[in-house]
Amino acid sequence: MSKQVPIVEGLFTWPAEQPALLGSRCNNCGVAAFPVAQSCMACSGQDVSVEELPGRGTLWTWTVQRFMPKPPYHSNETPETFQPYGVGYLELPGGVRVEGRLTENDPEKIRIGMEMDVVFDTWRTEDNGDEIITFFFRPVSEPAQEG
Amino acid sequence: MDVAIVGIGIHPFGRTPSRTGLQQGAYAARLALQDAGVEWKDMQFAFGGSASAGNADALGNELGLTGIPFINVANGCATGGSSLMAAYAAIKSGEHDIGLVAGFDKHDRGAFNADPAALGIGQWYGEVGLMMTTQFFAMKIQKYMHDYGISADTLAKVAEKAFSNGALNPNAWRREPVSAEQVADSMMLNDPLTKFMFCSPAEGGVALVLCRADKAKNYCDSPVYLKSAVLRSRRFGSFEVFAPSQALQQVDGPTVDASKAAFEMAGVGPGDIDVAQLQDTESGAEVMHMAENGFCEHGEQEQLIQSGATHIGGSMPINTDGGCLANGEPIGASGLRQVYENVLQLRGQAGDHQVPGDPRLGYTHVYGAPGISAVTILQR
Repeated sequence: MSKQVPIVEGLFTWPAEQPALLGSRCNNCGVAAFPVAQSCMACSGQDVSVEELPGRGTLWTWTVQRFMPKPPYHSNETPETFQPYGVGYLELPGGVRVEGRLTENDPEKIRIGMEMDVVFDTWRTEDNGDEIITFFFRPVSEPAQEG
Repeated sequence: MDVAIVGIGIHPFGRTPSRTGLQQGAYAARLALQDAGVEWKDMQFAFGGSASAGNADALGNELGLTGIPFINVANGCATGGSSLMAAYAAIKSGEHDIGLVAGFDKHDRGAFNADPAALGIGQWYGEVGLMMTTQFFAMKIQKYMHDYGISADTLAKVAEKAFSNGALNPNAWRREPVSAEQVADSMMLNDPLTKFMFCSPAEGGVALVLCRADKAKNYCDSPVYLKSAVLRSRRFGSFEVFAPSQALQQVDGPTVDASKAAFEMAGVGPGDIDVAQLQDTESGAEVMHMAENGFCEHGEQEQLIQSGATHIGGSMPINTDGGCLANGEPIGASGLRQVYENVLQLRGQAGDHQVPGDPRLGYTHVYGAPGISAVTILQR
């Protein structure tokens, strides 16, 4: 029976009603890191706590990857079916700037400073039917226009 | 003890199917030894690097096995700069009088595919398509254009200049001029960077003979002195390649740190430099590195590049041999190519790409993953 499997354990909470990216915060200097680290890159401290990172942030910078990367890239795509994908750093308030894939790949629809949500979705399907789950950044949808 | 460069050699960059990377390194080493009027057996030590073409100390199999300490250096795109810094320290300390620095490489076509594990990053990062140097450079210049008003046309003009300089350099790979319009209209690879704005992995070799400054005239009529050779790694908070996250608080990157230290060591400032070779793995890198190395304020590049100041005849000549864009990037050799070019410039031997006005001070800068920079300042 197929199941949903996170791309790696400990990157985000899964399964969870509201999945969240997991970061670590240094108990000495207060600096956060993603993914969870055993020690602090800022102060060399080794006393860190794991916490859930905010689920919404602002786009700090971005690009669109228009050619298919070589391995270790591992998707279900072939060179024929490859679709360009957006990549960006999302600034999570009080946390860190996390790098991730965007759900949007149209440069006309991506701009620095826009709000995005951290969402979790299937990245690829394995031969045994398992769905590999990872995180993406999705533009916060504009409020519906009235009339 | 000051340090001088008394011999230089290069194997043309690009694609040479008939020679291995190691053979290209040996070719460059023989030319450097010949240039200094010395033999391989006169060398007391060697530092060398290659990322994809075997261990540099295999050069001994080509040049002869003489028993000297030969240390392999591996420091990403800053491998050449790191070898040079190590050789500089070996002579400056008084440990050795004369030695060789060599770098060579031979890479497959297409973008590099780095291994996340080698950099302490989880495999997932590569699997979902984030382990790409090209993305980093694109995202860094995207942010920079947003913050400092650099135009896409300026990015195209950087590449146009590189190819026009490459056309003047017999050792360059790309020797055909490409117009800014052609650069801008080439395939978009990582917005805002097009195909002709990126350098490609390539092949080539460079070697240098270094010696104590007080013995330099024994080997060379026109020695060039290494006034500084500095390597710095990233501090916490700088925006670097292969970073799954970054700190909210930004600090200056390793280029700024290495540059400041190099100017201080040499006792000169950016305004004194007559010719500069700055890491241009893509057009945006050259733009940002102009400011990070202290040659202008952030944002001034737009006017400087549009006005031609960075051309060979301009007030601030940059990448006079065509840079990485026209030479490609054989990792082990790339940083040493910059030094080779500056020695040619300071000797007045750069031919069609010679900077006018008898340049006296030359500056080189490389940047490598995952956040290191090496800078040299040369004086004739």
